Amino acid sequence: MRSYLDFETPVAEIDARIDELRALAAKGDSPAILEEIGKLEAKSAKALTDLYTALTPWQKTQVARVQGRPHFHDYIKGLIEDFTPLAGDRKFSEDEAIVGGLGRFRGRSVCLIGQEKGEDTASRLRHNFGMARPEGYRKAARLMELADRFDLPVISLVDTAGAFPGIDAEERGQAEAIARSTDMCLSLGVPNVAVIVGEGGSGGAVAIATANKVLMLEHSIYTVASPEASASILWRDSSRAQDAATNMKITAQDLLKFGIIDGIIAEPLGGAHRDPQAAIVATGAAIAGALEQMGNMSRDQVRDARAAKFLSIGRKI
Amino acid sequence: MNWISNVVPPKIRSFLRRETPENLWVKCPESGQLVFHKDLEANLFVVPGSGYHMAIGAKARLANLFDNGRYDELPTPEVPSDPLKFRDIKRYSDRLKEYRTKTGASDAITLAAGKLEGLSVTVAVQDFAFQGGTLGMAAGEAIIAGMTAALERRTPFIIFTASGGARMQEGMFALMQMPRTTVAVRRLRAAGLPYIVVLTNPTTGGVTASYAMLGDIHIAEPGAVIGFAGARVIEQTIRERLPEGFQRAEYLKSHGMVDMVAPRAELRPLLARLCKLLTHAPQTDLPEPAAA
Repeated sequence: MRSYLDFETPVAEIDARIDELRALAAKGDSPAILEEIGKLEAKSAKALTDLYTALTPWQKTQVARVQGRPHFHDYIKGLIEDFTPLAGDRKFSEDEAIVGGLGRFRGRSVCLIGQEKGEDTASRLRHNFGMARPEGYRKAARLMELADRFDLPVISLVDTAGAFPGIDAEERGQAEAIARSTDMCLSLGVPNVAVIVGEGGSGGAVAIATANKVLMLEHSIYTVASPEASASILWRDSSRAQDAATNMKITAQDLLKFGIIDGIIAEPLGGAHRDPQAAIVATGAAIAGALEQMGNMSRDQVRDARAAKFLSIGRKI
Repeated sequence: MNWISNVVPPKIRSFLRRETPENLWVKCPESGQLVFHKDLEANLFVVPGSGYHMAIGAKARLANLFDNGRYDELPTPEVPSDPLKFRDIKRYSDRLKEYRTKTGASDAITLAAGKLEGLSVTVAVQDFAFQGGTLGMAAGEAIIAGMTAALERRTPFIIFTASGGARMQEGMFALMQMPRTTVAVRRLRAAGLPYIVVLTNPTTGGVTASYAMLGDIHIAEPGAVIGFAGARVIEQTIRERLPEGFQRAEYLKSHGMVDMVAPRAELRPLLARLCKLLTHAPQTDLPEPAAA
C-alpha cells in the first residue's frame, strides 16, 4: 500500500484509478484499458511534477520527514563499502541517535557521522528518533578527532528534529557537548562535507554540519528551530507551524540564495522516498564532487577556508 | 511613560528615566520583599537579604567592573537588518525599533575596553532587556568584533552572557552565529588569550550551545538559569516534573559545567585574579572601583 501526503491527493486519486484499471486488465486483455492506463500514468507523473516543482516550505517539511525517505543507514548501504560502525563517547555511554564509523567511499577511507531516525517502532526507539543526547555529540567529536589524526575526510549526514530535550541530557551538558562538537568540526585539517538529507534541526544539526561544504537535498529543510517550536515561540501557538515554515526561510533554495549552504542535490520526481536509490546515487555524486574540489588543499587551507566561509555568512546578503 | 517620553529623543529619554525611576520600590521575585530602587542599585541589583540577583543593565555592569568605573565603549559592526523581512505578531523591523528606543542600544551586545585592577581587558555584555538577549546577526558580529579587539589589543576577553537563545526572527542567519562565534573563540584560544564566560540569568539555547560553553573558565551568577532546552519544552517532552534547582547555576556546578558560582559583588576581584593568573601578570594593589 502506497501512502500519500495530504497535498498529494490529486496524484493519489489518479493512481487509485490506475490500480483499478490494472485489476481489470489482469482479468482480460484489453488494449483500450492498457492505453487508458498509459494516459493516466502520464497524467499522474505530470501531477506529481507540478506539485513537486512548486512545493511550499510546509510541504517540504512534510516530505523531509516522510516515512520511506532514505536515512543514514540507507546511504551507508548504497554508498559505503567496508562500513565499520564505532560506538561510544568513552565518557558515559553509547548513543545510537548518532551513528558513526569508518568506511570506504569510492575506494577512499572516510569517517561517517549522522543522525539515524529509525524506520520502525523498535529502531525509532533505539535511535531515539534521531535526537541525540550529549553522548551522541561527544561520540561525533571523538570520531572527528580520530578522522583528523588518520587523515580521513569526514562525511556528515544530517537528519534530526534537534538535540534531545531531557533532564538527563541537560544534566550531562547538552549545550557543552554541542558546542564542543561544532568546535571540533572547525578544528579539522581534513575536509568535511555535510549533507542535510531530511531535517536539519537547530544546534543539534550545526554540531555535525559545520563543514567545508554544506549540501542539502532538494526537499530537505534546515531550521533555527523546528517549525512547531518556532510557532510556539513566535505566536505562542504550535499549530501555526505552517506560518513559521513559510516565514523562516528553511528551504534549500532559500538557503542557497542566502549563501548559508553551498549546493543543492536534486531529488527524483516526487521526492527521495519515491526512488531512494536515485537520491542516494545523486548524493554520492555530490559528495564526491565536493571532496574533489578540496583534493589539493593543505590542512591549514582546509581549516582556514572553512572558518572564512562561516565568517562570511550574512556579511553580504 | 508619560507625555515627555513622546517628545524627547530616545537618548535623552533614557537619561530622564534614570533620574526618575518609574518604580521606586522593587519587589524581590524570590522573597517578595520590597526594596528601595536606590538601595538595589547601590547593591549591584542584588536584593539585600535574599541575595536574589536581578538583571543589571550593561552600563551599570561595566561601570562596576572597570577601575574607577572608566572604560571605552567599542563600536559594534553594522549588519544587514531584518534579512527575512520577518513578521510574526509584529513586524521584526518594528520590534527592533522598539528595543532600540527602550534600551538606547543598537542590539543585545555592548563592547568595552578598559582596565581591571590595572590589567587591560576586553569585555562584552549581553543585555537580556534587548529582545531577550537573543543571538542574531548583530550580536554575533559584535561578539566576533569584541574577540577580534581582544586579539588586537592582546588582552583577555570576558563575556557576560544573558540570552534566550537564537533570534528566531532571523532564522538560519541566527543559527549560523553558533559556528561563527566559535570561529572567533578558536582564534582567542590559538593566540593564548584567556576567555572567561560569566553566565548570568538566563543563558539558554544556541548561546549556551556555542560561545557560552567554550570558555577557559566558566563563572555563573547565583541562581542563574543555564541550559540548552527550555524547561517547558523538557516538561512537555518527557511529561515529568523537573528536579528542584534544575538548570540553576548551583546545579550546573554540581554537574561539572561551571567552575564556580560567584555573587556579583565578588566578580570584579575574581575576574582580575583569574586574568592575572592566566597571563602571568603580577599581583598589584590597585584603586577601588568607583562608587555606584
